[in-house]
Amino acid sequence: MPTRFQVNGKPVSVDVEARTTLADCLRHHLRLTGTHVGCEHGVCGACTVIVDGEAVRSCLLLAAQAEGSSVVTIEGLSNDEALTPLQASFRRHHALQCGFCTPGMITTAHALLSEEPDCDADRVREVLSGNLCRCTGYIAIVEAVLDARAAYKKEDGR
Amino acid sequence: MKLPPLEYACPTTLAEAVALLASRDGDAKAIAGGQSLMPMLAFRLATPSLLVDLRKLPDLREIKIAADGVGLGAMVRWRDIEKDARLASAHPLLKAAVAHVAHYQIRNRGTIGGSIAHADPAAEIPGIVVTCDADIAVSGKSGSRVIPAAAFFRGALTTALEAEEIITEIRLPLWPPRRRWGFQEFARRRGDFAMAAAALFYDEGADGKAVNAHVGIIGVGDRPRRLPDVEAVLNGCAIDEATIARAAEVASATVDAQEDIHASAPYRRALAGTMVERALRNARS
Amino acid sequence: MKNAFIGSAVERREDLRFLRGRGEYVDDLSPDGLLYAVILRSPVAHGRLVSIDRGAALRIPGVHAVITAADMPHGPPIIPMRLQPLPEFKPFEQPVIADKKVRYVGEPLALVLAESVALGEDALEAIAVEIEPLPAVADWRVAQRDASLLFESAGSNRALTFNAVRGDADAAFASAPYTRRESFRTQRHFGLTMEPRGVMAEWDAAKGRLTVFGAAKVPFFNRRILAGQIGLAEDAIEMVENDVGGGFGARGEFYPEDFLIPFAAQHIGRPVKWIEDRRENLMAMNHAREAEVDVEIACARDGAILALRGHAHADMGAYMRTNGAVGARNIAQFMAGPYRIANVKLDVSLWMTNKTPVGTYRGPGRFEADFFRERLFDLVAQDLELDRVAFRRRNLIAASEMPYRIATITPYEHKDEYDSGDYQVTLDRCLEEIRWTEKAKLQGQLIDGRYHGLAIGCFIEGGAAGPKESARLAINADGTISVFMGSSAVGQGVETVFAQIAADALEIPIDRIRGAFHGSTAYVSDGYGAYHSRSVVMGGSALLDAAKKFQDALRAVAAKRLGCEGAQVTLGEDKISAPGGQSLPLSAFAGLSVEGAFLNKKHTYSYGAQAAHVAVDAKIGHVEIIDYVVVQDVGRIINPMTLRGQVIGSLVQGLGGAFLEHLVYDDEGQLLTGSLADYLLPTASDFPHLRAVVMDQHPSPINPLGAKGAGEGGLIGAGGVIANAVSNALQSFGADVRELPLTPSRIWEMAQPRRAAAE
Repeated sequence: MPTRFQVNGKPVSVDVEARTTLADCLRHHLRLTGTHVGCEHGVCGACTVIVDGEAVRSCLLLAAQAEGSSVVTIEGLSNDEALTPLQASFRRHHALQCGFCTPGMITTAHALLSEEPDCDADRVREVLSGNLCRCTGYIAIVEAVLDARAAYKKEDGR
Repeated sequence: MKLPPLEYACPTTLAEAVALLASRDGDAKAIAGGQSLMPMLAFRLATPSLLVDLRKLPDLREIKIAADGVGLGAMVRWRDIEKDARLASAHPLLKAAVAHVAHYQIRNRGTIGGSIAHADPAAEIPGIVVTCDADIAVSGKSGSRVIPAAAFFRGALTTALEAEEIITEIRLPLWPPRRRWGFQEFARRRGDFAMAAAALFYDEGADGKAVNAHVGIIGVGDRPRRLPDVEAVLNGCAIDEATIARAAEVASATVDAQEDIHASAPYRRALAGTMVERALRNARS
Repeated sequence: MKNAFIGSAVERREDLRFLRGRGEYVDDLSPDGLLYAVILRSPVAHGRLVSIDRGAALRIPGVHAVITAADMPHGPPIIPMRLQPLPEFKPFEQPVIADKKVRYVGEPLALVLAESVALGEDALEAIAVEIEPLPAVADWRVAQRDASLLFESAGSNRALTFNAVRGDADAAFASAPYTRRESFRTQRHFGLTMEPRGVMAEWDAAKGRLTVFGAAKVPFFNRRILAGQIGLAEDAIEMVENDVGGGFGARGEFYPEDFLIPFAAQHIGRPVKWIEDRRENLMAMNHAREAEVDVEIACARDGAILALRGHAHADMGAYMRTNGAVGARNIAQFMAGPYRIANVKLDVSLWMTNKTPVGTYRGPGRFEADFFRERLFDLVAQDLELDRVAFRRRNLIAASEMPYRIATITPYEHKDEYDSGDYQVTLDRCLEEIRWTEKAKLQGQLIDGRYHGLAIGCFIEGGAAGPKESARLAINADGTISVFMGSSAVGQGVETVFAQIAADALEIPIDRIRGAFHGSTAYVSDGYGAYHSRSVVMGGSALLDAAKKFQDALRAVAAKRLGCEGAQVTLGEDKISAPGGQSLPLSAFAGLSVEGAFLNKKHTYSYGAQAAHVAVDAKIGHVEIIDYVVVQDVGRIINPMTLRGQVIGSLVQGLGGAFLEHLVYDDEGQLLTGSLADYLLPTASDFPHLRAVVMDQHPSPINPLGAKGAGEGGLIGAGGVIANAVSNALQSFGADVRELPLTPSRIWEMAQPRRAAAE
């Protein structure tokens, strides 16, 4: 069934089986493989994307349910020229090892910081507890997100 | 774990949605946020031939605060409840319970109607509606009706809904400003389903003693339940250490605890009592 | 060597693609004409495979083939063991697909090739399988009865018993003034990786070449196995190591799918890709850690340990996997840990059961052994009325005793010794970091409704398994240098660490190193991979050898072109100069490629101590870790940032093993923890207060870098430390932790009034 939505600011039109999840649609039909699939049952958070400004698990959404929406993936949160402040903070703090959970972490952190640039460590941990990482033990990730707050505060003029 | 083959419809009116659900002889399923249903589909534990997406139905997303209580449209999401500042005073117990539901991404999609229709025994919101004696407004092919929460949950993942019925609104009775309440949950990890949770409230009579006690237990047994024996302990008494201890004891003794891979039955019984005890302490202070 | 980069917290090169979602994991590859493989797995734990009827499945449009054992002309190949390949294990090795019997839920029965994964899964439901169930062997006690045999021809469910011997334990026990005997158990859990497994294969019939993507950990060894099984020369097969989403010992061993997917690609003449889903991963990736021990200790009254004796039982699951014996063997060989125990007599029996087969998981056997030992030590210290720290201190191997020969394992005569170290120093540092003296008064105290407990334990971590590793340096057209490694990446940052080592060895700026390419069989002639914390030592040392040979070769060829002697040539950052002032840019030598190697038969032993301060809410069974410190001396620190990342990451896995992770089976061999909702992994909220302190006071004498493998230590001590901390916290209840995981239910039970019934 044909479905139209926006991905990373560009309109897309896909024709996929009704049962296709947004995660699979992004990865296989749109070749945006930065969004990873770690469980397909809504627990690990690796598949997190931003839909209409909110972080969601793309494995729990049918592509059809994204009709008319604006979707942002890790590719839309990156550029070739430089790492974003959030990405640079992750790198500085060694907040990734194998990289598999990382797009989900970045996307979730970006959604959180965009809305709550003043969040504290407890809030960061609470929000990230829906994203599993098997390599880092999380401490570096939390530090990286906290260290990136400054960039988000500047952005909205506070 | 790809989904089984299915068709998808996205109706724009309630009548259309009900007709679609009725059209497959029980083999169609409504999808709201999808946070509970999609995993079931991924594991092929549910194989409906048609999914009816409720997202375009109008008038199901409002939070109404009125003289007779709080009305939550079935498509209201956890996030909406979190962000509605009025609920801090209009229904603090609801807000407290929702703080324990799942995780950030799920809260952006999951709906109150979806959680209630799914009826996981360890989910927080079914426990709140039972404790608070809510009414569940539904619409089906025979029209609309209201199901009291006490009659709504029939067992694990089983409710009084007919196959084609859609929840439209959850109506919580008015919450008086000086009501005492408490919510205590223990889960293996933050955001997990409750191993046991207690949701309770009582009002204080002129003599400072408790009246109208409502004590609900979640995650113990196959559905959330009020504990009338515990309520009887509280009603007419001052909520002091002795009463709290007795209430906890009665809670442990009367819950129907089951063993599973996460907890033994004796532990669950004890945990239920401790959750009641701690919720009462919170209520009192 | 200048050490401009070694020792520095150089930010990782890998991050530049991972942070942007530009990593290339095997599921990110989709060549034209790709077909997807979906595996039908046994729903029954034990039975005779009577028939598989694929007719209905084949009639589904979009399904191209259904492969079973019947399609393998000489029967399904058997997967050989990679480590400890003893003849006794042969009867228990696994066929790549079930043939006449099924032996675990999850065992591959058939492979569907379809145009999409979803279609393939639809087809699974159409395959009719007939299995005559046999009684399931649920655990080692049932296995021991030999009433239901997994392998009739073997005549027993016991695959082997290893013996660890040092000195004369029986004599020591006979005359010991104090002995104590206890049993302990660890639960089945595993090195779940965030990226499930995947294999993609492309068969070029015209050239007779097979390319396999998704290789990890030991690509060269796996190529050797595959070549033998599929009937191709090794050099007709290329194994490509893409980006890998975690290894932890579990990913990368040769699994059934590593044959089935290439076989399918040849069979169908199109590229075939299989990506494991999470449901499969829980039942098909190597399980680990399920073990039980009945152990006795003998001491002098002053606390000197005289001997250790006992019997351990390791649950192997249904087949002996390529490295299934390692964990079991390590339990026996390393039970003594960093302590001086002159007399040891420990045996470990390996039992076959109808559950998922077992392989290594980070710190294999060591997590189990350290739990058994450290818990026993606290009990003994209590009996002898000795301070638990003093007891440990008294028995730690001294620096002057290095190298220290440990218990010998038979069969597979394996002698080993600890290379270097001062265990007192890391113990002292750990005591200081956790503020042990100050906090001692909190032991067992009830404060604000919670019981406080402290514990400390010492550990060693074996690394640097040989026999060999290879590295190659090559000059690119632009004069930059590429590094090629036989080592494999599993997320540990080897691209950066090897660039650091290469830059220092060649004395050039790190940005002259274009990249460090790892794992794929095209890169070096003979690679060995990543396991047993070997990459820095083996790969790094091979790189040093390659650098030396490279510089010699470059000097020689430059000398000819510059018309001088080799010794007179100066190797600069990006050019080569002769004494007369002539020079040539490095790019003039593009194509120069030189390989080096490092051979090694000894292990390194990094070591340390870990301590925890916990607060237990006994009424609900919740434990908060208030502080946890791991102190580890690794001999030589290459990148302190990635090293600390390894220690913390490893520790959190250990805490997962201590509290949360458990693969639960019922008596019929059905896996009850079938999703991430039931198999619980640590999250960001669970253990926020953890610290790693890394040291490099005692380099290893066995390799030119002086480094020691260091990725597993955090995890190794966690079980023992947590068990003791919780027992100490609940001492007023007589709590005594004997098994893991420490679930809330178990903790609550320990704090209940004791009943008269014996344990």
